[in-house]
Amino acid sequence: MYRYDEFDHDFVQARVAEFSDQVQRRLAGEITEDQFRPLRLMNGVYLQLHAYMLRIAVPYGTLNGKQLRMLGHIARKYDKGYGHFTTRQNIQFNWPALSDIPAILADLASVEMHAIQTSGNCIRNVTADHFAGAAADEVADPRPYAEILRQWSSVHPEFSFLPRKFKIAVTGAERDRAAIQTHDIGLHLKKNAAGELGFAVYIGGGQGRTPMVARKIRDFLPEADLLSYCTAILRVYNLYGRRDNKYKARIKILVHETGVDEITRQVEAEWQELKDAELKLPEADIRAIEAYFAPPALTDRPEGDQAVKLARLDSKGFSQWLDQNVVTHRHPDYAAVTISLKGIGEVPGDASDSQMEAVADIAETYAFDELRVSHEQNLILPHVARADLKAVYDALVDIGLATANSNLISDIIACPGLDYCALATARSIPIAQEISRRFASLERQREIGELKLKISGCINACGHHHVGHIGILGVEKKGSELYQVTLGGSADENTSVGEIIGRGFSSEEITDAIEQIVETYLGLRLNPQEKFIDAYRRVGPAPFKEALYAGEAKAA
Amino acid sequence: MKILTANRLTDGIAVWYADGGWAETVDRADLAHDKAAEDRLEVIGAKAYADNEVVDVNLIDADVVNGAVEPVRLREKIRAAGPTIRSDLGKQAA
Repeated sequence: MYRYDEFDHDFVQARVAEFSDQVQRRLAGEITEDQFRPLRLMNGVYLQLHAYMLRIAVPYGTLNGKQLRMLGHIARKYDKGYGHFTTRQNIQFNWPALSDIPAILADLASVEMHAIQTSGNCIRNVTADHFAGAAADEVADPRPYAEILRQWSSVHPEFSFLPRKFKIAVTGAERDRAAIQTHDIGLHLKKNAAGELGFAVYIGGGQGRTPMVARKIRDFLPEADLLSYCTAILRVYNLYGRRDNKYKARIKILVHETGVDEITRQVEAEWQELKDAELKLPEADIRAIEAYFAPPALTDRPEGDQAVKLARLDSKGFSQWLDQNVVTHRHPDYAAVTISLKGIGEVPGDASDSQMEAVADIAETYAFDELRVSHEQNLILPHVARADLKAVYDALVDIGLATANSNLISDIIACPGLDYCALATARSIPIAQEISRRFASLERQREIGELKLKISGCINACGHHHVGHIGILGVEKKGSELYQVTLGGSADENTSVGEIIGRGFSSEEITDAIEQIVETYLGLRLNPQEKFIDAYRRVGPAPFKEALYAGEAKAA
Repeated sequence: MKILTANRLTDGIAVWYADGGWAETVDRADLAHDKAAEDRLEVIGAKAYADNEVVDVNLIDADVVNGAVEPVRLREKIRAAGPTIRSDLGKQAA
């Protein structure tokens, strides 16, 4: 995996020193909060309800054991024994003292990590398919390009004060697991007819109060033109993006108000000025970065088939976990494993210090020291020999992380909500926990099949509710929490924004309403293979509205 | 009625103004019963902010319940107690 070069080391060390000095001056009263706030935000330090919050970047979601162990150490030493993995493949700590943050950043730097550009109106952590480098269906690993984008966008002088934050996601497979169409720029790495690598380029996707699906502005951009084309997009946005209204400042609004044809013309015109200049990526440079992401040497382990077969007979739990949380690897003797951070009734995305350390051990022992954070708030072991799956499962059982619910209804994305977040209007986590408990039976969850349920505690949509097959948005109404339900959203290669189904539900009603929706789906699906999202797209909202609200209409 | 709340600069912990200082729990917070008292609290808050003791200073609605001061809004109740999903964290854990 990527290792810092000399430049990275110096850059991060210099930033730690700079921010440590800023913190000391702030604590000494030499700079005011107004002066300090933008500086702390540039370094990932927010102020939440109970305390400060530190958001640490996990570039394209890739970690090694040493790094995860350090996150566990930070959780134990400076925080309250846990961390929260987020939908941007980052991790957040909820209780750090400002006075400890210089020491935390120094510890992070010792394992090539930092919190730079995890806030502010700049280009944020570039995200990628969490199965990158392992997936059987990808044309190439998208992470070298994410790394090129990271290097280019880090303290980019022209793009550090954009109209608003800017998020880029990259996938290397037709099946989009990185939700690229919900990003400011979405890149789909593909091959053209000549077998050359390049990108389909999407712009203007986003969630928040104005959800928009990204528009494709180029079907094939040669890989060498990645930076010049992204620069052209950012320049057009930086010039014309609105700065008068925070809520209309994202590129999605510019694309919508300008029209996709016109903005494509503007980007292409800008690009003509840039494409043959210094931003053109030399072939040798791309291949050099790619070498950093060279896959581990996967020796043949043909004994895996027999081992898995026997272990299945031995353990029903293992068998279920294998069916649900283990996916095909490009090497037939290997598999990619999802470690669910969605135990029944647990907080989605939270992991304790000792769990992080144990997962680091598992990665080092069985997974070539590679780990990923998924945007669905789980951890991934991308390369595990099938022969070792039972040992990995047993180790995960020991630390309570073997829940076999990947892609099922209890694999819920939830933002921190009003339990932590200063912007939230309602709680998300307790709703996720109650729904998870209601559907605790794995047999029932498997009968329901793939169902993506996503919960946000305010309209900023950090919990991705707009693109949940079932989305829940918590709002405050007359001093109480109210939960609005959307149906039909999706964040894959067929991205769609869910539709509001009707009046909202109280916290006491919402789980019953979700169950009603699920029962309605089970009653109308053509067969067990027809997924919730497919059934919804076939029948539309009417049967669900009828099930949820018909009684009220009659009563009225 | 209003009370004055903020987060302490050094560690970010939520605090409430009580008995001439910043308390880590809300129950004994100084209550403002009228506009003049609110103005006094605001002056105190502005000075503490300027003196770099606290950040994010706010006057919030409060009631007295069973002799203890309690915030009115859910957001402020959660700030005063801790996350509702982790009774081992925040003020409620003490």
